Amino acid sequence: MLSYIVRRILQAIPSLIGISIITFILLHIVPGNPVRILLGQHYTPQRAAALAQSLGLNKPLYMQYLIWLWNILHGNLGYSYNYTEPVTYLIGHALPNTLSLVLIATIFAQLFAMLIGTVQAYFENSIADHIITVLNYFFYSMPSFWLGILMVMFFSIQLHWFPSGGVVNPQDPNPGFWDWLHHLVLPAATLTLVTLAGYSRYMRSSVRETLLMDYVRTARAKGLRESQVLWRHVLRNSILPQITLFGLSFPALFAGALFIEEIFNYPGMGLLYWNAVGTLDYPVLLGVTMFLGALTIIGNLLADILYSLVDPRISLESMS
Amino acid sequence: MVTETQVANSAGEPRVQATKWRTWKRFWRYPLSSIGVIGMVLLFAFCFVGPMIYHVSPTQGDFTALLQPPSAKHPLGTDDAGHDVLARMMVGGQASLEVGFLSAFVAMAFGTLYGMVSALAGGWVDIILMRIVDILLSIPSIFILLFLNATFKPNVGLMIFVLAATSWLGVSRIVRGEVLKIKNETYVEAALLAGVRTWRLMTKYLVPNFIGTVLVTTTFAVADSILSIAGLSFLGLGLPPPAPNWGADLSAAMNYIFQNAWWLIYPPGILILCSQLFVNFIGDGLRHALETRTD
Repeated sequence: MLSYIVRRILQAIPSLIGISIITFILLHIVPGNPVRILLGQHYTPQRAAALAQSLGLNKPLYMQYLIWLWNILHGNLGYSYNYTEPVTYLIGHALPNTLSLVLIATIFAQLFAMLIGTVQAYFENSIADHIITVLNYFFYSMPSFWLGILMVMFFSIQLHWFPSGGVVNPQDPNPGFWDWLHHLVLPAATLTLVTLAGYSRYMRSSVRETLLMDYVRTARAKGLRESQVLWRHVLRNSILPQITLFGLSFPALFAGALFIEEIFNYPGMGLLYWNAVGTLDYPVLLGVTMFLGALTIIGNLLADILYSLVDPRISLESMS
Repeated sequence: MVTETQVANSAGEPRVQATKWRTWKRFWRYPLSSIGVIGMVLLFAFCFVGPMIYHVSPTQGDFTALLQPPSAKHPLGTDDAGHDVLARMMVGGQASLEVGFLSAFVAMAFGTLYGMVSALAGGWVDIILMRIVDILLSIPSIFILLFLNATFKPNVGLMIFVLAATSWLGVSRIVRGEVLKIKNETYVEAALLAGVRTWRLMTKYLVPNFIGTVLVTTTFAVADSILSIAGLSFLGLGLPPPAPNWGADLSAAMNYIFQNAWWLIYPPGILILCSQLFVNFIGDGLRHALETRTD
């Protein structure tokens, strides 16, 4: 068990290095000179040379990469060209917002998906099943940015239930937990709705398969109440694949968060990245890409480990 | 001595034909397939035939009607510059559909080739090629797309390439798995012994085995590409103005959200949603038709 976990962690290291190399190459083969952009109308060749020197842009590419990698290992992702703040500081401020958005949305999406998928599979081909299937298609195909706009239109502008953007009320000198939660409802609901459909489709087919298993028949045969059969035997086994699915859906969740953050002006990683794209703020672009890639790999790793902890069959197989 | 033709003939052509016919029938019997196909045809007609019938310029504003709700003169209303929304919706879908379909096909062709090469090469080449795919898959593609779009300012051709560059990953993995499954089958070995060239082995002996799976994946990739273009335009990138685009128009509509300009917000959203729905219907129809065959 322990050796499996150690091996999975060791496997993740080349992937992390690979991500850093790929993003670094990607960011340096593109046209557009950050020195020119930074200086703008103050551009002179002398100033450009001096700035390039101070930013380390005049060194050979592999040296730039090695310096950057060395700095990363010391917790230094460089300075933003734009904000003159360390990239780690910017990410440190944006990350909690994005993570709370993504995690809350995922938890709700998974819970609802379990409920909906189970109901659908249990009452297969009933009217409820068909109606939910249609709704699933609808939300599965719904662009997150359009749903976000509709949310603002109805729940913010027409009904005045929730604020249309931001994380805190600027007029409130002492914004507390409830204010934060109040601002999180609409973005989180949007992300929940667009991810829910995919999860519940998987849940439906996974419950359907479990219901046909011999041990379910045995459980019924020995006279367990239907609720016990569902809770103890069907649901527990059907949830397992959802853990892997959760690990795999990290990139999609961050992509969804990018649009939602832009619409709700929610200061997370997506908004940070989007602002950096316009100004070719290399260190920020590199830092955020690297960070999200690393988070995805760690997310997959955690999902795998969690799976092996929950399902004894997996760890036995991989140990032998 | 077995020649290549003999090997190919032993596969049994009539049976393949019959299976194709059955798959085709199964596809059409699935109710969602026909809704998807008819919807997609209508959407294409709206975007490409529509402008031939509805002669209103999408880029020349009517200054007597700024930000007007739907009326007899402008069936879907006008935006802040007096542009006719209906005309913009028709023309705005053209590039999305073209780029969406073409980039998905380019991506599938490349992904299929990559996956086959990886599986056939085996060993270290396979490990390294698949590691690259794993690494690229862990970075959310919209972040790479945003970056490439901001730096390259793409036209339609480049846009197809950029979108394809981020969407071939999934299919390469699937194809590799499929090839590994059939690589050691007797008929593949026989073909190799008969001296079949690698290219011919790929196109005649390997591809027909998993073309269905690739087709299903391609269909869903079309939906992803259309959504990506709309999303990039929504974020202010994608294809440059003045050519209208659903995503860009939706983004512009956000400025009038407080005036409740619903006629600017619904049409582009509904059209993007419809394109996604119809393509997903077709994809599910294909999956239904092709997968049940293997049961």
